Amino acid sequence: MASVCFYFQVHQPTRLRHYTVFDNNIHYFDDRKNAEICRKVANKCYLPANRLILDLIRKYDGRFRVAYSVTGVLLEQLEAYSPEVLSTFDALARTGCVEFLAETYYHSLSFLYSRNEFAAQVNKHVQRIQDLFGQTPRVFRNTELIYNNDLASLIESMGCFDAVISEGADHILGYRSPNFVYTPKGCNRLRLLLKNYALSDDIAFRFSNRDWSQWPLTADKFGHWVSKVNGNGFVVNLFMDYETLGEHQWKETGIFDFMRHLPEEIFRHPDNNFKTPSEVVKTYQPMGVVDVPHLISWADTERDLSAWLGNAMQSNAIHELYRLEKKIKGSGDAKLIGDWRKLQTSDHFYYMCTKYFSDGDVHKYFNPYDSPYDSYINFMNILGNLHLRCVKHPPAAPIGQVAQNAESLTADAVAVN
Amino acid sequence: MLGWEFPPFISGGLGTACYGLTKALDQMGVQITFVLPTVVQSQYATHVKLVSPSMQPIHTPMKVQQLKNVIFRTISSPLQPYLTANSYQKKIEESLSQMQASHGRTDKFVGTLDYSGDMYAEVQRYAELAVRLAANEEFDVIHAHDWMTYPAGVAVARATGKPLVVHVHSTEFDRSGEHVNQMIYDIERMGMHAADRVIAVSYLTRSIVISRYGISGDKVEVVYNGVERNGSSNLLVGNTTIKKDEKIVLFLGRITMQKGPDYFLRAAKKVLEKFDNVRFVMAGSGDLMHRAVEMAAELGIGSKVLFTGFLRGEDVNKIFKMADLYVMPSVSEPFGIAPLEALDNDVPIIISKQSGVSEVIQHALKVDFWDVDEIANKIVAVLKYPPLGVTLRSHGNCEVRKLRWRDSAARCAKIYEEALVGAV
Repeated sequence: MASVCFYFQVHQPTRLRHYTVFDNNIHYFDDRKNAEICRKVANKCYLPANRLILDLIRKYDGRFRVAYSVTGVLLEQLEAYSPEVLSTFDALARTGCVEFLAETYYHSLSFLYSRNEFAAQVNKHVQRIQDLFGQTPRVFRNTELIYNNDLASLIESMGCFDAVISEGADHILGYRSPNFVYTPKGCNRLRLLLKNYALSDDIAFRFSNRDWSQWPLTADKFGHWVSKVNGNGFVVNLFMDYETLGEHQWKETGIFDFMRHLPEEIFRHPDNNFKTPSEVVKTYQPMGVVDVPHLISWADTERDLSAWLGNAMQSNAIHELYRLEKKIKGSGDAKLIGDWRKLQTSDHFYYMCTKYFSDGDVHKYFNPYDSPYDSYINFMNILGNLHLRCVKHPPAAPIGQVAQNAESLTADAVAVN
Repeated sequence: MLGWEFPPFISGGLGTACYGLTKALDQMGVQITFVLPTVVQSQYATHVKLVSPSMQPIHTPMKVQQLKNVIFRTISSPLQPYLTANSYQKKIEESLSQMQASHGRTDKFVGTLDYSGDMYAEVQRYAELAVRLAANEEFDVIHAHDWMTYPAGVAVARATGKPLVVHVHSTEFDRSGEHVNQMIYDIERMGMHAADRVIAVSYLTRSIVISRYGISGDKVEVVYNGVERNGSSNLLVGNTTIKKDEKIVLFLGRITMQKGPDYFLRAAKKVLEKFDNVRFVMAGSGDLMHRAVEMAAELGIGSKVLFTGFLRGEDVNKIFKMADLYVMPSVSEPFGIAPLEALDNDVPIIISKQSGVSEVIQHALKVDFWDVDEIANKIVAVLKYPPLGVTLRSHGNCEVRKLRWRDSAARCAKIYEEALVGAV
């Protein structure tokens, strides 16, 4: 039996406007650019891809199934700039063949810096998904698939999730395959689904690469690769950015045609099917315990946190941000708290990454800045203004907790780089 | 190789570039005869003798230690880079009055005043002398640096049939904006057209060479400058009036329109609105020096801006050691070696996007020279957020190590070979 489990990450950050140290306006976001990018991606990806997925679900009578994780910050932007995308997601939800996952509403790194804030954001996201799509997420994915044993324990202790999703990194699996369901170390009930990065990246990164020996990738060929899993695995977890369809891989590469023909090729093998993450954990028994003491993610070849916390600027910016938590929450000012939370979106720190800057690629996707330095300066100027605003609201009573093991986590991340 | 300045007699980046390139070519075993005009001043009498063909106008060859394959030959001439026709005239007059004062003789110079005051004629005369010098030298390729040596390069090429490579370190558009000196432009254009190959110090300059001088892109190559590592000597900061508890923001370069000193001062004014514990140092001299001093006073920041005058050698290292940030707001900068020296000295840099060096350095803050608010914003950021300087320094220092004169020299050597093949 080989089940194909598609999960698409759907996210756009709320980009910041150019903000100098001389600014004192309290509006931090570049509405025009955000609207422009949101509509552009909606037209190139979200709308045509949702249409395609809906067609496939209907065509195969519900046997084609997928999962999405749509971030809160994108949902807000879609509501404002591209509401038709929301109605197509709603149409998908109504088919009963689409599962929505939970994550931090703000696509944040809060797990690393404030467990309180993390729980608040997860709950906010779950609530939003319930309101919009009438289903309660049962599977959790953390920002950028950042994961370790502690995350799994925390998610299990929240009591509302059946499984958590992460990266099938070689260094955690060793000889084992990502094509099984596992139990995270220290958990009883919770299950772990791991991304099959080889097959996922064949679609997400290599699909249009003409230097790749397997180019062009056809649905037929990919179907064969999936079928080969029969006998040594139950599930092929294909996890990728939704923007792969039409944005990372343009329509002209044939990505939509590939997707259109993929179910047919998968079904060619009688034992194959499509399942959502919740269905996978209901169907298959865990094959063992996976121990992940150190943090992993799905980023770059390092699969670590160095893309967000690898240099002194990133570590400084995020520490300064979470240091304000008490003051911000103490102010009781909803707008202030909302702004602070939108600044937590991981992309802001990703833009500050200097890892590949000299080579000039990878981190370029809709990056609004010319350089990581510009992004840090902009962020810090905004944070300076945010700080001034909370000084105006002296905290009434201490609410919220200080960042827990943030110091040691960042030290790790820096050391890794 | 036809140049016009060489350490220690330098006033700008050209001498530094010629030195770095020559040294690296020397290490590759390339034999170089470096022809240099000497600034006359004390031996002004020699200059007068040049008029007479019977006199020996060319100095005896000299060698510089460490450069075993390089012979220096000097031609007496008051030529200096970065002169405009006006300042040239002024210099001639200054020299003459100096002579008059010291020798008390004026009659002898009356006849030569018009002749020497004509820069065009001077450049031509330099060319003639170079041709005479070339007759007794063995070489394969002529490499001429910037416009004053182009007529010499062209003349030597015509006389000998050897291929000519002209090296464009800057153009008249960089030095004078749109108010170009037609004569200089014509010389530049003539030199580039006559050359077998043109070397530009950046793509920025290459595009000017192609679009403004009508040179075919096929023969214009980009060879970036390198940086000479000083081995980061741990100098003790000497006696200065600058307190070390103050941050220091440095402008280092000629104080001329091209370098954007006014943008630096206006940005300084804005920075001081947000950050007081800082001193702005302007190291360099130039025709806008007095204007800059006045401007600092007019802006009310006179006490916060320090003018050091022209610095060289150890003084440059010393000022880099003290600086927290180097700013180069150049209006037009074909390359810009000073920012590389700043990085080499662990000083983070802000450079204008309108500079050639911006093409090779990623780990720098980049601004449009006219965007005073943004320059100020970035200066404040470096002063206020220490991790910014830390990150810029560590990555910038790595990056600058990759720019070696060795590589520039290898590129030049390859261009020589191509020029030789093309000339056959």
